[in-house]
Amino acid sequence: MDSTRYIVVFILILTSLVAVLLTGIREVTKEQAAINEEIFNKRAILAAVENNLPDGKTVKDLDDQEVLDIFNEKVEQKVVDMEGNELDGVMAEDVDMAKERKKPEAERRLPLFIYSNDGQTDYIVSVRGNGLWDEIWGNIALESDLNTIAGVAFDHKAETPGLGAEIKDNASWGRQFIGKKIYDSEGEYVSVLVKKGGAEKGNPHQVDAISGATVTSNGVTEMLYRGIKYYMPYIKELRGEGATQQGLLVE
Amino acid sequence: MAETTAVKETTKEPLFGKKERKLLTDPLNDNNPITVQVLGICSALAVTSLVYPSVVMAVAVTLVTAFSSLFTSLIRTMIPKQVRMIVQLVVIAALVTVVELTLRYMNYPIYKQLSVYIGLIITNCIVMGRLEAFAMANKPWRSFLDGLGNGLGYGAILIMVGVVRELFGKGSLFAGSPVEMKIIGPTAEYWINTQESVLFGWYTNNNLMVLPAAAMFVIGIIIWIQRSYNSKLVDVS
Repeated sequence: MDSTRYIVVFILILTSLVAVLLTGIREVTKEQAAINEEIFNKRAILAAVENNLPDGKTVKDLDDQEVLDIFNEKVEQKVVDMEGNELDGVMAEDVDMAKERKKPEAERRLPLFIYSNDGQTDYIVSVRGNGLWDEIWGNIALESDLNTIAGVAFDHKAETPGLGAEIKDNASWGRQFIGKKIYDSEGEYVSVLVKKGGAEKGNPHQVDAISGATVTSNGVTEMLYRGIKYYMPYIKELRGEGATQQGLLVE
Repeated sequence: MAETTAVKETTKEPLFGKKERKLLTDPLNDNNPITVQVLGICSALAVTSLVYPSVVMAVAVTLVTAFSSLFTSLIRTMIPKQVRMIVQLVVIAALVTVVELTLRYMNYPIYKQLSVYIGLIITNCIVMGRLEAFAMANKPWRSFLDGLGNGLGYGAILIMVGVVRELFGKGSLFAGSPVEMKIIGPTAEYWINTQESVLFGWYTNNNLMVLPAAAMFVIGIIIWIQRSYNSKLVDVS
């Protein structure tokens, strides 16, 4: 049997050594880890405009430096509030959607990335909602008419592989969204419906659901409807419509 | 103190004799941690839907078992018996955190993909099992080999399961890594294009393989095959 004093001293020395070691390693790797995370997040945003990347590249083809360069040269970042006002002193890339979602709706900040390449401008909005098991999120690129979807990129925390996780893994499912419209012919906001049993042919507001993943598909519908609606006050302003209509739209 | 004695002891024994070789190769087959001891199943089910994360996980666990065995063995004479499990956990947790920080530093996407399972290496029964069963009572070099062998035995099964699941579930191998191979699928990117091929026109991916339950079946089949040719295992269990 060892004495209590020996045990305490042994544990203290061991844990102190471990603490110093881990702090040291963390300090050394911290900077690069933060850059890695930044590049990872920026890739997810560029995935929404994959159709319009320089030299016809895909996000996968871009190396890390190219991702950062594109962001510096071709992306304008804005943060807007729920009333459509631009906020100063904050970058869109610093807005954490997961944290914003925990705030009351009226206080949320919304990141907006404006991407220009080859004379074409895309407005990338970020949306977040619930899937079957946990949160799902995505970046939606709207063309300069702020109506037509130019591309989408979804991700998820814990959807079932092969079913709900297809929103991320199945590229051809995501491509269905390209060219869909968020306004109907009368200018009412309708968003895009992920329809179980298959989208109606030629309907510009519907895409096929993922078979076997009804809850995730409905989650995407809900997330898109709500998420894009949050941007409505600002989008209305950009489209040059009267400020008086804003009140109606937020409701 | 312990370190100096360890060096003296190893000079008397062969560095890589029969016993050492057995320590390394035993866990690969006759005493495999997954198929014979049935340990570490949780992560084997969770991360094996693709080969690349399986390989990363295999390397991570091998490093953790090898070095935690080494360090625990180095301080084994000093560890107070009453708190030995806590000490083992501190050693394991420290190494797992090192692995986690290194992954974040070197390959962020795979760190994101493996998410909690890297942290859960701490609770992997194989690691602590080897410390309790072997490293606490053996010299550092042998403990290191024992840890390495068990990590490799775990990793080998993980990669086997990963290959089967990804090939039949997704039609690719090593997806997400720089050496991605697209083998069979419905577009022109794949080596065998099921839309055009006459022989494989009927083929579709098996969605069951993507689910964790498939890993259970695959591990079960591996155990079956192993037992049918390895006569040493027949009377065990």
